[in-house]
Amino acid sequence: MTAIANTHKPALRGRRFRRPRLGKVLGWITVAVLIVITVFPFYWMLRTALSSQNALYTDSSSLLPVDFSWGGFRRALGLATQEEALADGGTGASVELLSSLRNSVIVATCVAVVQVLCSLMAAYAFARLKWRGRDVVFTIFLAGLMVPGIFTLIPNFLLIKDMGLLDTLPGVMLPTLLMTPFAIFFLRQSLLGINEEIEEAARLDGAGPFRIFFHVVMPMVSSTVMTLVILTYIAAWNDYMWPLLVSSTSNSRVLTLALGTFYASSPTTGPDWPGLMAATLIAAAPMLLLFVVFGRRIVDSIGSTGIK
Amino acid sequence: MTTHRMQTIVEPSRRRSSRRRNDFAVAILFLAPATVGFVAFYVWPSIRGLYLSFTDYNIFQAPVWVGLKNYEKLLTDDKMWNSIVVTLEYVAINIVFQTILALLIAVLMQRLIRSTFVRGILLMPYLVSNVVVALVWLWMLDYQMGITNQLLEWIGLPRLMFFGSEQLVIPTIAFVNIWRFMGYTALLIFAGMQSIPNTVYEAARVDGASEWQMFRRITLPLLRPNLAMVVITSMIGSFQVFDTVSVTTQGGPVDASNVIQMYIYKLAFSQFKFGYASAVSVVLMLILLVISIFQLRLTRANSSDLV
Repeated sequence: MTAIANTHKPALRGRRFRRPRLGKVLGWITVAVLIVITVFPFYWMLRTALSSQNALYTDSSSLLPVDFSWGGFRRALGLATQEEALADGGTGASVELLSSLRNSVIVATCVAVVQVLCSLMAAYAFARLKWRGRDVVFTIFLAGLMVPGIFTLIPNFLLIKDMGLLDTLPGVMLPTLLMTPFAIFFLRQSLLGINEEIEEAARLDGAGPFRIFFHVVMPMVSSTVMTLVILTYIAAWNDYMWPLLVSSTSNSRVLTLALGTFYASSPTTGPDWPGLMAATLIAAAPMLLLFVVFGRRIVDSIGSTGIK
Repeated sequence: MTTHRMQTIVEPSRRRSSRRRNDFAVAILFLAPATVGFVAFYVWPSIRGLYLSFTDYNIFQAPVWVGLKNYEKLLTDDKMWNSIVVTLEYVAINIVFQTILALLIAVLMQRLIRSTFVRGILLMPYLVSNVVVALVWLWMLDYQMGITNQLLEWIGLPRLMFFGSEQLVIPTIAFVNIWRFMGYTALLIFAGMQSIPNTVYEAARVDGASEWQMFRRITLPLLRPNLAMVVITSMIGSFQVFDTVSVTTQGGPVDASNVIQMYIYKLAFSQFKFGYASAVSVVLMLILLVISIFQLRLTRANSSDLV
């Protein structure tokens, strides 16, 4: 019996259309399980956000929204009146989601654009310009990669405090606004990978260094730069610890912080889960939207270069 | 004839441009903004942090130099040692399970999933912030109303206090972060797999190798340098876990999730012991430095059996 089975196997394997093997089936089952595990919490956010708070307690395991209601979103956006919120079982605590949404947009946009531009200029100086001491200076910048965030956290807080920038948007942005060692390192790598002949030709034609940088070099690395801008935007948007240190009021409170505060201010006995989940969805939505638009680019760039 | 003339025209100027060119003045302009950022927010804080670790400083009065006192205190500070043990437990659980899961997903991406769409879905948790992730899981793992505990009850198991029990809190936080990072880590590992030529797999298939054998004998050995880099980078990140702890437990119950970064944060911003907090930061930095140096040596010796 076994002998027959064995002789049959190679023949089967050689056929073009073979039946799916056990391994492959197991593989697809694993993929399906992983997708469910990944997607379910997102669905659960939505389902909870659209439920009404009081009904949630009676039927907490229903897969569909319990007693469908926009109350969660209304409370999260501050549209509901105090009485309405309390009647719905909300806390009446205000999230100030809109002002923190605006703050997050300003911070993430400025950080992503300015940081990548300044880092690209520095990277250009390290990759292309010729000057004495270049490699030494680059090594010093590179050493910055070794300094963990926690080590500079307290001194940076003190510096921002000394500058009188606590609880201001510049205070939230500054530490990452002008550069990160990683951005410089990464951009230098991609600059080294492009052809120098074109710059050389532009130089012979009499173009100055700034003209070359903006009109010749930048278009050539625009795709890498764009990817880095998106990833920096996401990182700045999601940052929590630094804003936690410097922000204290809605002047500079970003979304991540507003969410944390919203949760911390809700009663531990019965947090306003629909309101909270609506708020988290609103906070996550811009990133997910960015992902729908640039998803392929992000996946491909992480999947091929291992960019952080 | 014409080409010859062209060469004589082009060559001297090119030679001049590469030999004599000195872009020092331009370089200063290009480097200025980044250098300001680097000096102000990397170099200067590092020096200041080191200095503060030798002082008593409560932010309201000027720092007082106390020499090694903070470091002596460290040695007998049970809370600090507790936070190191807790952090190590977190890093161990996080890295072991995350790496295994990510490796599995990466292999599936390489051998089975061709679709960028599926890869994108697995990357989704990475795009939302730690705070969002922490809040969602706080809700899903809620003792009374969380769907996870409902499921446990249906299966016939007792409900669990995921964030409220001293034994479960660190594994819970570790798994929440694994959920956020597994797809991302898988993509990083998958990036490394791209450098393994397909011909190797084809050859193995001709020889009748099974998927498992190909994974053991081809993927794993050739992936080693890349895998080591990914593991070490994740490890450095895990040591600095803060957001999830801050949102869910604030270090509790009874310091059971008081990771180093949480401890430093409390020392500085609720007890105003900035000097002592800086000393603990130096300890954490030294731990990370050792790991980083290890990583740097790996990058230098960046060759797999393939090269």
